[in-house]
Amino acid sequence: MLDIENLSVEVGGRKILRNINLSVNAGYTDVLFGPNGSGKSTLLMTIMGFAGYKVTEGRILLNGEDITNLPINERAARGIGIMMQRPPNLVGVRLGNLVKVTGKGRVDPAVAAKELDMEPFLERDVNVGFSGGEIKRSELLQLGAQNPCLYLLDEPESGVDLVSIEKVGAKVHDMLRAGTTCAGWKMQSGKAALVITHTGQILDFIEADRGYVMCKGTIACSGNPRDLLAEIRKMGYEECVKCKLKLTQVA
Amino acid sequence: MQAEADTSSVKQKVEDARKKKAAFGVDIDLDKYPEASKDLPQVDEQATLLNAGVIPSEEGRAGSFVYMDESVVHSSVRMPGVEVMPVSLALKKYDWMRDYYWKAVLPDADKYTARTFEEEADGYFIRALPGAKVKAPVQTCLMLKGKSVAQTVHNVIIVEEGAEMEVVTGCSTSKGVERALHLGISEFYIKKQGALTFTMIHNWSELIGVRPRTVVLQEEDSTYISNYVALRPVQSIQTYPTARLDGKNSFARFNTVAIAHPNSELDLGSRVIMNGEGSRCDIISRTITTGGKVIARGQMIGAAPGIRGHLECRGLILGKGGVQIAIPELEARVADVEMTHEAAVGKIAQDQIEYLMSRGLSEEEAVGIIVRGFLEVGIRGLPEALKHEIDITIEKTNVKGM
Repeated sequence: MLDIENLSVEVGGRKILRNINLSVNAGYTDVLFGPNGSGKSTLLMTIMGFAGYKVTEGRILLNGEDITNLPINERAARGIGIMMQRPPNLVGVRLGNLVKVTGKGRVDPAVAAKELDMEPFLERDVNVGFSGGEIKRSELLQLGAQNPCLYLLDEPESGVDLVSIEKVGAKVHDMLRAGTTCAGWKMQSGKAALVITHTGQILDFIEADRGYVMCKGTIACSGNPRDLLAEIRKMGYEECVKCKLKLTQVA
Repeated sequence: MQAEADTSSVKQKVEDARKKKAAFGVDIDLDKYPEASKDLPQVDEQATLLNAGVIPSEEGRAGSFVYMDESVVHSSVRMPGVEVMPVSLALKKYDWMRDYYWKAVLPDADKYTARTFEEEADGYFIRALPGAKVKAPVQTCLMLKGKSVAQTVHNVIIVEEGAEMEVVTGCSTSKGVERALHLGISEFYIKKQGALTFTMIHNWSELIGVRPRTVVLQEEDSTYISNYVALRPVQSIQTYPTARLDGKNSFARFNTVAIAHPNSELDLGSRVIMNGEGSRCDIISRTITTGGKVIARGQMIGAAPGIRGHLECRGLILGKGGVQIAIPELEARVADVEMTHEAAVGKIAQDQIEYLMSRGLSEEEAVGIIVRGFLEVGIRGLPEALKHEIDITIEKTNVKGM
């Protein structure tokens, strides 16, 4: 579904991502690991098309179509949706109204909000005064209404308390499995996801297929996400640097 | 004898003020605008009334008052606890009107008040009787019909002790009127524990000059909430309504929502003078320019202990050539006051637009939602019907230019 070819990205004149190659197939949930500042969020923001993330090299393909220069809403129209780490406040815009607009009238905000315990927030201004966990649930509520094919989730578990994490995890799981239309050996869903996780907690709730470790703006290694997580937990992110060295030697 | 001497000295002062320019706003040559007609005109203006938030059927209204050019075309009361009549009639009916008429606004304040004084302008008199909780809004409409004239109007609202009332005023221009002037004096008195919510919707047109002069006097524990909405093109508006909180623990809130279209100049202020101990106020303004000039002024004066106030001016620039000026002023005359302000002018934050675009909205839709939200903050608490009216106006306004 998503193919990233040799992608390099600058932010504010500084090169953040270098020669990224990565593919997410339909029905797959892939995970991005990496230390703070390694470029994980930059990659997701670039895929979504936010201004300020300048592609200097390479391209982004969605279902074979080059979307590198498409405006954000055109990417959304092709089925990409993002859950941001720190979305902006929208003063005067009520969450319920945004959910209604995002769902193009097909989604009843009250029903959708109930599932995430967000009913009291529908009349509140989007993100204004929300806690970390409330922002996550608000983002999931909007994403659920949007119903994209490719989910870009930036640390869905961060800032969420232990009680809410199950709710968030279950919602992410359901969203990725909703609308099972996809044929093929995976069977579960035609939806794909690229999920950033720092702690790996979200892996208790979703079935991840492939993991990538990002380090200093590039993909250092990839493999089975649970194995990678076990390594990272044991050895720390220092390992990814070694892994990179190994790869370089092999090449 | 004394009274006569007073009258003649006021007359002299007013005469002297005939050429006195206002402190703010573009100066208007009043000689170019003859007095508007005092003859009773034909009323076939339902659509115009509706645009200004006035319901012609009077459904759900406690009373109505319609003033066209310089004559009263309609005045009615439908619910108990309230009086609605021409101010000229109130002056005949009540001796005590002398204590209210030209007592809050000074007749010689500037050339506009002087002109209104000299024309002995009529207008509405609305009074909530002591203790009355008026169940529905009183609606009034001030309409300009004559071409190239100056309409003068003088309004008095009295909210007696413990009474609560809401007044909705729509100001509008009849079809075909191009160049004209509206000069409006408003004197509001809110007695002890009284509450007045006053909503004014200005729906003028491109070549209309507007100079309202409003002063609100408040007693102990009283509340005044003003909602001012001006979203349509106009040549110039200059206004600086002032609430004087003389009584203890009184409260005033001014909400202003306005759009300056190309060639419009809006000089909009709100002033609260807090003389009563423990009084509070909020001044909130949300203005947009799509090419015109907006000056958002706000002044708070704290002259007694225990006073709190907050002033918030925010302005968006959405068009080329637009100018936004925010001038907040705080003046504390005693130590025990807490007054704050924040002002911000600029364009819509790009990250907000992109956030909405990532949900599938076009840039235009995203800007529309953000602009509506921006204005929404200024008009929270407005009746739903009026909000709907405002939504339609925003939709018609081209706000996509960045």
